This record gives sequence, C-alpha cells and structure tokens, in this order.
Amino acid sequence: MAPLIDVRDLSIAFPRATPVRGLSLTVEAGETVALVGESGSGKSLTALALMRLLPDAARIASGEILFRGRDGTVTDLARLDDRALRRVRGRDIAMVFQEPMTSLNPVLSVGQQVAEVVRLHEGLSRRAAFARAVELLDLVRIPEPRRRVGDYPHELSGGMRQRVMIAIAVACAPRLLIADEPTTALDVTIQAQVLDLLDALRRDLSMGLLLITHDLGVVAEWADRVAVMYAGRKVEDAPFETLFGAPLHPYTRGLLAASPRLDAGQHYSAGALAEIEGSIASAAGEEGCAFAPRCPNARALCRAAVPALDAVAPGHLVACPVTTVAAQREARHALAFG
Amino acid sequence: MPLLSVENLHAGYESGGRLLRAVDGVSFAVEPGETVGLVGESGCGKSSLAKVIMRLVSPASGRVVFDGMDVGGLEGAPLKAYRRQAQIVFQDPFASLNPRQSIADILTAPLAVHGLVPRGERLKAAGHALERVGLPREAPTRYPHEFSGGQRQRLGIARALILSPRLVICDEPVSALDLSIQAQILNLLARLKAELGLSYLFISHDLSVVRYFADRVLVMYLGRIVETGSWQSIFARPLHPYTRALIEAVPTPGRRRHAAPLSGDLPSARNVPTGCRFHPRCPLATPLCTQSDPALRPLGAGRAVACHHAPEEALH
Repeated sequence: MAPLIDVRDLSIAFPRATPVRGLSLTVEAGETVALVGESGSGKSLTALALMRLLPDAARIASGEILFRGRDGTVTDLARLDDRALRRVRGRDIAMVFQEPMTSLNPVLSVGQQVAEVVRLHEGLSRRAAFARAVELLDLVRIPEPRRRVGDYPHELSGGMRQRVMIAIAVACAPRLLIADEPTTALDVTIQAQVLDLLDALRRDLSMGLLLITHDLGVVAEWADRVAVMYAGRKVEDAPFETLFGAPLHPYTRGLLAASPRLDAGQHYSAGALAEIEGSIASAAGEEGCAFAPRCPNARALCRAAVPALDAVAPGHLVACPVTTVAAQREARHALAFG
Repeated sequence: MPLLSVENLHAGYESGGRLLRAVDGVSFAVEPGETVGLVGESGCGKSSLAKVIMRLVSPASGRVVFDGMDVGGLEGAPLKAYRRQAQIVFQDPFASLNPRQSIADILTAPLAVHGLVPRGERLKAAGHALERVGLPREAPTRYPHEFSGGQRQRLGIARALILSPRLVICDEPVSALDLSIQAQILNLLARLKAELGLSYLFISHDLSVVRYFADRVLVMYLGRIVETGSWQSIFARPLHPYTRALIEAVPTPGRRRHAAPLSGDLPSARNVPTGCRFHPRCPLATPLCTQSDPALRPLGAGRAVACHHAPEEALH
C-alpha cells in the first residue's frame, strides 16, 4: 500500500532563496518519523508546506506531496486549490506548533476553540460540539475537563495549553499529525507527559506522526525513523536504531558526538566535547555539499556537486559520497573475506 | 573560604497584592575554581536567585557573602566594585546585546564605567577580549546583527569577562543555541575557566548539560534547594524523588517510549503547597509530607537532601 504521505522532490522557494531543495520523505500510518535539523535547516518550512501554510512570499517551486485519503485515493496536496485544502487541513492532516500561547486565540475559551473545529469539519450542533470538546479535553488528559472547558488560554499552564492544541489537532482523528517542536517550550517533566500523550494518540488513532525537533534524545526515544536535514536538504534517513547505532553522514555523527548525554561518561574535567566547527551560515553559496565547509572529511569531489542520496542498506539513505564509498568498500571486504 | 556564600536567602516580588516568594530560604556556597550547576524547571526561582546574587534585586532577608563581605546591603562605589568581580552571561544573546551599539561600544562600556583601562587602550583591550572568545580581532567596528547566535553568545561572554571577574553566573547560556553550537560554547566556557581561574554558577534546565559541566549540583524546586551533591553522586544516585523524576524525564537513547515519571503540573510560587512543597506530585508522599516542611538535611560526603523519606546517610 502507498505510504500515508509521500513527499517527492519538494523544493520551497522565496524570491531570493530556495531554503528547501529536492526533499523526499514518507510517513506510514501508525509510524513516527522525526525530522531533525538545526535552525535554518528547512524543517519547519517543510512542515508548513505539507499543511500548505507557507508564508505569502514562499511557494512550492517543484515536487509533489502525495497524500492517501481515508478512501484510499491519493491526492497531490501541492496542487490542491484552497477550497479542497480546507477540507483536508485540520481534518485529515493537523498540526501542533511549538508555542501554544501564540497559536491559541486569547479571547476565546479553550472549549470554544476545540468546539469550532468539530462544528466546522463534522457539522455538529453548538451543544453537541461543546460536549465533544469536553470529551477531547479528557482525551488529552486535562484534569476536570468539564470545569476547564470554560477557561481562557492565559488561565492554563504551558503544558495544559499544549494539550489544548493537541485536542484541537486530533479533534477529527486526523490521519497525519505534524508536531513542530511540540515540547521545546515546556519543562522537562511536562515534556515527558506531552510526548507520552502524543504517542498514545498516535497508537490509538493509528495516525502517522511527523515529529519535527532538534532534540536527539526525543528522537531516540520516540521516533521509528529519522530524517536529518542540513541547509534545506535531507542528508541521512534511517531507522532510529541505525541512526543512533551506526550513523554515517558526518553531520549526523558530529551532532551525536557534540551532544552531552545523561548516560555517557563525559565530563568537562576529562575532556572537551566534540565540536562541529563553524556555523550553518557557511552553507550559503556552496555549490557542492552544503556541509562541506564544516566537514572534517571534505574532499574536492564534495565541493564539485551536490551529493545524491544513496541507499547504503535497506532503508538507510546517506548523501555523502566519501562515506558511501567507504561503507561499500567495507561491505565488499566483509563479503569477500568474511 | 568559599568565593560566594549564600545564607538563608529570601527574595520575592509583589504580584497582584501578594508576595511571590521566588527564593525561599536558599543556602549554598561556590568555592574558588568550582562550577556549581543549578537545575530546576521554570518558576523554581533559579533566575531570581541569579538576580539577587548580582544585586539586580535586593534580598528580603538572608545574606549573600562574596569573598568574606556581605554584599546584600551594598550601595554606590562598594556595590560597583562588587559587580566588577561578579558578572553574568544571559540566555538570549539576541536580547542581551544592544543592536545600536557597535561591538567596540559594547565591550569598552564596562571598562569606561569602571574606569579600568586608560581610554586610549580600551579598543586594544576589546580586541584582546574578542580573540579570547574566538572572534576576529577586527570585529569591533561591526554590530550585533552581523553575528550568528553562537557568535553573539561569544560576545556576551567577552563582555562579561572584560572586567576580569572572579565569579561568572551563566544563566542558561546554551539553551537558545543550536546543538552544533552548544558544544562550541561549553568548550569555550571550560577553557576560559581553566585559563582565568573562574568560578561559575551555571544555571540550566538541561540535565545533560549540567551533568557534563558542573562539579557540584543544586536542584531547586519552588524557591528551595531540595538536593545537592557532587555531579557524580547526584546523577548516579539521586535521593530526592524530584531529582529522580527530573533525571528520568530526560529522553535518552537506548530507552523506548517510557511513561512520564511525574503527573500533574508545576505548582505556582504564588500558591506554594503546605508541608513539603513537592508532596502533591510526589510518588512517596505520606501524611507527614502534607504537614511538615522537610529541611535540607546534610548526609555527609557533600550530599544534602530535603525529604522525609530519604536515607539517613549518603551511601558512597
């Protein structure tokens, strides 16, 4: 069966820049895919493009966003008109943003905001929508939902506001939920609760979950598959075990080595953290691999052309010719000599 | 003698006609050359504590003793002299640098205020400070917007260090930075500490970062320190149920989809629970905990914990 969403060769352009180039990505039903990258990698723009919520100045320059609907028909969201989009957005695909305070309307009660979605998409009466809002607040584990439904966003904590956002997002049991840094603004104990909730909803509603994050710990614990982006392109895509156990792209390896970990023996008194030199700004104007200016393994061939994504193993894609050639040589060696 | 000693410190704000006790009886010390990590979630009072130590806020009661001198009531020239020795690096390098000041202005202003370096030599001192944090010497003519987030945090560090302080409070210095930049800044702070013999009070909500960077750790909850100990002991054997939950809540490779260790929200400092302030969220709470507020009890070996149910002695 076709994946739930199949993004093919997507490029997003502004008048003077193309911050996402040739991105391909799939999410299956019930699967959690993490899209990882730092500021400027294009991960949030990708999410907005999937929702067709790009800022006015930006446009989808090329590519397809193939989405499999409830009846099995596949639609290219990149070419859908506004009218058709309104039926998909919020119903079949929904999104949770990082900052719940700026995404919620401060002058409407949270109950009104949850009820609005079900009235719009499911045509419920005012009374029925309100009852459904209470059920949804309960679903996202807000205590005393009957009492909370009349609260305004400012009366809730950050964690509770994010739960309201999630209630709005899952109100119509979407097939795909996109969560853009959903726990970045939250405290660590609340973050754990919200991730736990998102995962339970994914399972219970058989949703695909596209989790956009910069936090590798979150990825390691909650994602099935990981796509790593750097300067607008996907540089590595792998099942989570492979990405953390045997990462191949120098950027992925650098990120993992640079992160202090709770379970590792590192301490500043025993040695410095591995660094990735320079900054993502060095990718601007680079003709070849965008990571080459920061890469410890860069060769002349890296600056000559943008590396293609090669499959080094089933389900493991890497855009680094230096690494791929070495990995293939090792594999041949292993085959020949055991 | 400790470089900084905080003794039963209280500080708060008026909020809606009520007193919000942001710092509610905090005691700890920072030894020369030591990095003390302060962890806690939003609203626990960690940034308020930093402001009181910097004397940006006056304490309500208790003492802040720096190098043997109580700085709590200082005014005028003595306060200025103290601030030369204690500096702060803020979280957000975008918000803490004036966009209309050139790098030269930003770095030479502290020297001018404190009358430290003759006017003609201040630019040279600024160039030196830039080199020390890994920025080009010719940067002084440029403005903050010309720098990336990581470079701006380097500027914030250069500004804090230009007065040659002995204590630097780092308030979430890497929280706003991308992962690839975070390691650069932590390595820089570690190198500067070794080179200049600095002491750090390192405030962070990120336990992985604190585990890597602190010699000793303070865990703060709703205005109080609930546990303290060496980084090894805190992370190997957390004794307070809150510390345990904090550590357990950190997503970690090698573990899959575990349940959240704590339910419930953080209470507000406007509405501190009776007894032990952690009891409404605590898995170990008994009736005693709802009535009696546990003191921070020393257990030997530098450990202390404020919990009725913690062991009597630290196990090594």
